[in-house]
Amino acid sequence: MTHSMTEFAGGNTYGEYGGRYVPETLIPALDELEAGWQAARVDADFWREFDELGRTYSGRPTPLTLAERFAPGRRIYLKREDLLHTGAHKLNNAVGQVLLARRLGKQRIVAETGAGQHGVAAATVCARFGIDCVVFMGEEDMRRQQPNVERMGLLGAEVRPVTIGKRTLKEATSEAIRDWITYVDSTYYLIGSAVGPAPYPEIVKGFQTVIGQEAREQILTAEGRLPDAVLACVGGGSNAIGMFAGFVEDADVALIGVEAAEAASTGSGRTAILHGSRSSVLADEWGQILDAHSISAGLDYPGVGPEHALLRDQSRAVYLPCTDEEALAAFRRLTATEGIIPALEPAHALARVGDIDGDLLLVCLSGRGDKDLAEALRALSGLDPTP
Amino acid sequence: MSEQKQIVIYLMAGAETRTLAEAAVEGGADLIEVGFPFSDPLADGPVVRQAGERALAAGMTTDSCLRCVEDIRARIDVPLVPMTYAALLEAYGWERFEADVRAAGASSMIVADLPVDERPTLRRVQLVAPTSTDERIRLGAETTDGWLYLVTLTGTTGARSELSPAFAGLVQRVRALADVALYGGFGISTPEQAAAAAGIADGIVVGSRALQVAADGPGPLRDYVRSLREAIDRAT
Repeated sequence: MTHSMTEFAGGNTYGEYGGRYVPETLIPALDELEAGWQAARVDADFWREFDELGRTYSGRPTPLTLAERFAPGRRIYLKREDLLHTGAHKLNNAVGQVLLARRLGKQRIVAETGAGQHGVAAATVCARFGIDCVVFMGEEDMRRQQPNVERMGLLGAEVRPVTIGKRTLKEATSEAIRDWITYVDSTYYLIGSAVGPAPYPEIVKGFQTVIGQEAREQILTAEGRLPDAVLACVGGGSNAIGMFAGFVEDADVALIGVEAAEAASTGSGRTAILHGSRSSVLADEWGQILDAHSISAGLDYPGVGPEHALLRDQSRAVYLPCTDEEALAAFRRLTATEGIIPALEPAHALARVGDIDGDLLLVCLSGRGDKDLAEALRALSGLDPTP
Repeated sequence: MSEQKQIVIYLMAGAETRTLAEAAVEGGADLIEVGFPFSDPLADGPVVRQAGERALAAGMTTDSCLRCVEDIRARIDVPLVPMTYAALLEAYGWERFEADVRAAGASSMIVADLPVDERPTLRRVQLVAPTSTDERIRLGAETTDGWLYLVTLTGTTGARSELSPAFAGLVQRVRALADVALYGGFGISTPEQAAAAAGIADGIVVGSRALQVAADGPGPLRDYVRSLREAIDRAT
């Protein structure tokens, strides 16, 4: 895999979205991060190490799987980020940002996590490099994602329960940022999605672009043409922005983001400021952030990365909602027809496949469902048993 | 500095704020910060955050916060400075917010998550921190509205056991770069800390501890502010 040095170039704002709405205390740290990122971005050695770890540690490239029984009569390919080490695309970003943290000389990582996948990825890479790792996680998410809490502990990370507000990803992110403000000199904040103050959205996209680059090459090899549409679930939007990056210049490829119906910040949000950037957010008329709801902890977030808001405004990408019930049905269907248990997050994208025109579709299967078994089985027991 | 050291007391906007502000001024406060609550206040520790949550739960909106400022203005003469987050201005309209807080009787405003180089046209009290570069301190001092808010520590608002050791160095750096009144805030709660901070700066800001005392009513708040005043006046 080769990285073009120019394709990550770009400013820190996405039209009217993005920016740096953080206390002044953090600005020098963001400037330092920006300088470190700009230097790394054009450093072939940096990308060589990133690619090497991807190949020898993470398990890249991940394959494409044709889901023939899931969607009979159509050609639906799954980009198998679920096969990545630690079970989700989050590892791409954790590897990249820990390499960046090392360049900046930081010996302590702080991260937030919702579903626990980013926390596990961060804890994993920190274990690999011997760096201290503190992960903030909402108490409600700790309950929903207990196996990931145990994994993080085993990996040597300290998981700090967050007991404020709705006790999910939004509050965990705020607490991680507050920790970063307090220990800014020693600490690198490893944000898990393409959100936050600049340059984080650009950095996270930079490390997730590998998904779209690989997938584009792979589908051309498999089918000799580009897909009619590419689908990905959107919480903060990092797997989607990485997948979309491979196809955004291909005007004939539809880009479809799928959001949890009650966390549809792109589809039904308004312009507001959350966690350091202006984007499309579930907020009231006064700018107060509203609570999101989703069975999927990874999508249970009232904000979205600023670039998604821009892609929406430009009509380059379309964002569709998906209910908990629809996601659960797709979760069960993929498991029963393909022998692949998806995470509940990408199950949202799978659920919309039937509504999208085109013979050839590509879906980002951003993670595996092991972490969701207890929650999904409990919810499924209350649903109609017909797949 | 020959002028009296300034005491700034932070109160969250709400039904009791007018009475509390009067008590704070009776105790010796020179300026009242009026918190306009935000759901996700990144610069705030637990006390201010929880006060904001209570205010939001009680139905406070930007409109009712503005009415609260008007209400305080009608009763006391000291400067009033709303303190809030960029999200509220984004929703209300940046220029409209500035116009309306001033129309309500505020002298300026503080936006906790608006760095010194953002929105240069928005007149406000700028904040600088121990992490700020000289260049940013200079910019903050040049563009601030009246006085410069020195964040004494790297961290969020809330009481600490000791005055931040970073504060003296920050004051020294800023004095060498700019000639502007300097008020220190974050982590100042006891009369001893207030006196120590006022000994090197021109004023102090007390938020979290004031909110905790204010929960017991105007009397205790007046006595608390008076204890700060007396400690500062004794020491300076």
